[in-house]
Amino acid sequence: MASQSNGSSSRRAAVLGGNRIPFARSGGAYAQAGNQDMLTATLDGLVSRFSLQDEELGEVVAGAVLKHARDFNLTRESVLGSRLASTTPTFDIQQACDTGIEATILVANKVKLGQIESGIAGGVDTTSDAPIEVNDDLRRVLMDANAAKSTADRVKLLGRLRPSQVVPEFPRNQEPRTGLSMGGHTAVMARDWEITREDQDELAAASHRNLAAAYERGFFDDLVTPYLGLTRDQNLRADSSVEKLAKLKPAFGGDNGETATMTAGNSTPLTDGAAVVLLSSEEWAAEHGLPVRAYLTHSETAAVDYIHGTDHLLMAPAYAVPRMLERAGLGLGDFDFYEIHEAFAAQVLATLKAWEDPDWCREHLGLDGALGSIDRSKLNVTGSSLAVGHPFAATGGRIVATLAKLLDERGSGRGLISVCAAGGQGVVAILEK
Amino acid sequence: MADRFLEIANARVGGAVVKRAGLPTPPRLKRYEPGQPLVEAPVLLGAAPGGRMRPPVEDLLRGLDVDVRSRAMSGAEKPFAAIVFDASGIASTDELRELYDFFHPVARTLASNGRVLVLGTPPEDCADDVPRATAQRAIEGFTRSLGKEVKPGATVQLVYVREGAEAHAESTLRFFLSSKSAYVSGQVVRVGAPARGDAEGPDDSEHPLAGRVALVTGASRGIGAAIAATLARDGAHVIALDVPAQGAALSETANGVGGEALQLDVTAADAPAAIVDHVRERHGGVDVVVHNAGITRDKTVAGMDESQWDAVLAVNLTAPVRVSEALLAESALRPRGRIVGVSSIGGIAGNRGQTNYGASKAGVIGLVQSMAPRIAELPGTINAVAPAFIETGMTAAMPLLTREAGRRMNQTYQAGAPVDVAETIAWLAAPGTGGVNGEVVRVCGQSIIGA
Ligand SMILES: NC(=O)c1ccc[n+]([C@@H]2O[C@H](COP(=O)([O-])OP(=O)(O)OC[C@H]3O[C@@H](n4cnc5c(N)ncnc54)[C@H](O)[C@@H]3O)[C@@H](O)[C@H]2O)c1
Repeated sequence: MASQSNGSSSRRAAVLGGNRIPFARSGGAYAQAGNQDMLTATLDGLVSRFSLQDEELGEVVAGAVLKHARDFNLTRESVLGSRLASTTPTFDIQQACDTGIEATILVANKVKLGQIESGIAGGVDTTSDAPIEVNDDLRRVLMDANAAKSTADRVKLLGRLRPSQVVPEFPRNQEPRTGLSMGGHTAVMARDWEITREDQDELAAASHRNLAAAYERGFFDDLVTPYLGLTRDQNLRADSSVEKLAKLKPAFGGDNGETATMTAGNSTPLTDGAAVVLLSSEEWAAEHGLPVRAYLTHSETAAVDYIHGTDHLLMAPAYAVPRMLERAGLGLGDFDFYEIHEAFAAQVLATLKAWEDPDWCREHLGLDGALGSIDRSKLNVTGSSLAVGHPFAATGGRIVATLAKLLDERGSGRGLISVCAAGGQGVVAILEK
Repeated sequence: MADRFLEIANARVGGAVVKRAGLPTPPRLKRYEPGQPLVEAPVLLGAAPGGRMRPPVEDLLRGLDVDVRSRAMSGAEKPFAAIVFDASGIASTDELRELYDFFHPVARTLASNGRVLVLGTPPEDCADDVPRATAQRAIEGFTRSLGKEVKPGATVQLVYVREGAEAHAESTLRFFLSSKSAYVSGQVVRVGAPARGDAEGPDDSEHPLAGRVALVTGASRGIGAAIAATLARDGAHVIALDVPAQGAALSETANGVGGEALQLDVTAADAPAAIVDHVRERHGGVDVVVHNAGITRDKTVAGMDESQWDAVLAVNLTAPVRVSEALLAESALRPRGRIVGVSSIGGIAGNRGQTNYGASKAGVIGLVQSMAPRIAELPGTINAVAPAFIETGMTAAMPLLTREAGRRMNQTYQAGAPVDVAETIAWLAAPGTGGVNGEVVRVCGQSIIGA
């Protein structure tokens, strides 16, 4: 890499480690905890792991997908409640399920540019304490009442209240432009790509098996801090197997009838949790006596037109990865680990299938042939979202910290991250050591 | 878990009831707070002829502006904060009379929460002089008995100072004179000349551990959390270690003391390597290691299953042995390093239902004694504390009657606090305590058991 006179182009963004709380099932162990509680606890766990008490970091960037209006300054409030120095600046971001990985890229880029020396990136989500909104009719009346000048006006307006207006709106896991749930979208994808039930169940079983084995060997000892009595991910079924998963009834794609393949077992459950990652310049790491686990070297974002186009909702990473590989001068096979977020087993399998399909790669990616295939023994080796769970904004931080540790254990190597998201977007990145 | 009896006995009405029932009143022990002077009243200092310790003690006390007296005060004056007697010159059984002559007129002038220190010459160092060795050994019986006569809350210790180590006893004298030793009494401690390179400069008495890195196992709660807090108070950067399942509480301990949390099971096959790597990578090494993690699985040997035996031995004994060996072998323990084991009265006296625990805790003493000569070469020291009944989650799990008996069977009629163990460990961990190596110090309020 050519080094310029100001030296900033040669700065690398180091991943030093991370922390997350065990992920809980919706309405489970964290039913009474809010986003701010979880993010604060997760930050404090990171602070204690790296002795960052009263440290002023360059920036903390985090977000939540399901967010209360009162949490407009979620990250700032969490930092103020944590053991970090109150003078640590923050900002909130939101990019659906890509929130956590995008936050990591933002912090890494600032480190690379020399704008900050250190930072924390992450995300949090709860489906147990999701914001419930009043419906639009009621909201109109209340807004008018608030703006009314006299008490008499206000009383008159409140007279407009009707029982039908008091039906709250729950947030839905639904694409606003298609009205189809994410599972519904993926069911179509699974059908079109002919992803079998057996393959999906096998991927899900492997996820549980890998996660359980990783816990057993102490892999998560310095990645997870217990919270509210939970010491491991609540969704983990150490005894999961293809046979057990095969017994589950399809949960999505009912209109596919007999051929529906997606079940609660091979789709991620609604989950609560938070995850954060500590990044810094190499100098900052050395000054603080903290070893570097990996470097974030490349990233890419893509979006697909799933409304008018021919692409499926969760197909964006299939575009983002080849673009990133091209820029990095790498092939799909040049990695020691692949961390592909398991939104649904079918999403992972369809993406891999697309890369192996010469026609699809020619038509959609403009390549001469297939992008290639991956060594499946290198995929999600310590489990992924099917077993861990998927608190939307927390997944990116979980994956970055996990992959950085895998690379550190190996001593050197390269890992690919891919995270699909609602709205037809996808963020991918490369970690190296 | 709180000691209701201590509260009741010290309340006015309750106190009267306790007295009438013939129960001894547990005194309120005075404990250390930062900034507290070493002693707050005059100190009486005496010596048998031929002793070596009077001058260094006098220098120490006068340097701290302590009012040092050589004879008893008139009855109207304040009682003595401490009575120190240099018995190191006693060379025959006849000369033991010096103890009687000195203490007889003044024993009653000791303050409650007062301190008695008798300084001697280690009997094993006078081996070819039978009368001298015999007399010096006799002093132990004197101090242990005096410990049962002094006012409640007062303590009595015998410190044997080796020839040539007179100038290296300061940290030990300070500890036993201060309220940091509130729950330590009836002890015998040997101070020798520190190993080469382990005796530079006096400690900063407020922050003797400044700039040092200390690893404390089992630090999420109980005694371990108190050790973390006390070592941090003394200036150490604390690595608080506990099993991953205790991570939430561990994180709080670490954040509370400005240290770091290390989630690790000390019995894991790779735990010694993980600890060595961690301290090397983060700090280039470690200065103080406290093996505090411990468990009980009580059952008589006939009724005990294998797993109960194995678990206790693995956590309490095998892990400290493996970790200490690894730290030495890998040179991860820095020169002037300090290892402190946590034994137990159960390892000294034995307890019914604790064959596993007793073996593990006696083993800790074995570790300390066998490793002491080797660690001296570093240089460094290894010692152990042996607590009796300390009020924690571990003792809260005991059956009520056993618990109540455990609390009362000592000269203070109360359980010790985690901080009492922690203060003792902080003294042994201090750089200035290089002259104490291979010792086992009980933290027991002079327990009747295992004395
Ligand atoms: N409480 C007493 O009266 C008393 C008396 C004598 C000795 N002790 C000793 O003092 C020490 C502390 O006891 P306490 O009363 O605070 O007990 P405690 O149970 O409150 O704390 C012990 C800690 O050790 C941790 N620990 C257990 N196994 C571990 C492992 N494999 N790896 C890492 N950490 C592990 C536990 O999680 C716990 O946090 C123990 O060694 C105990 O035997 C206690």
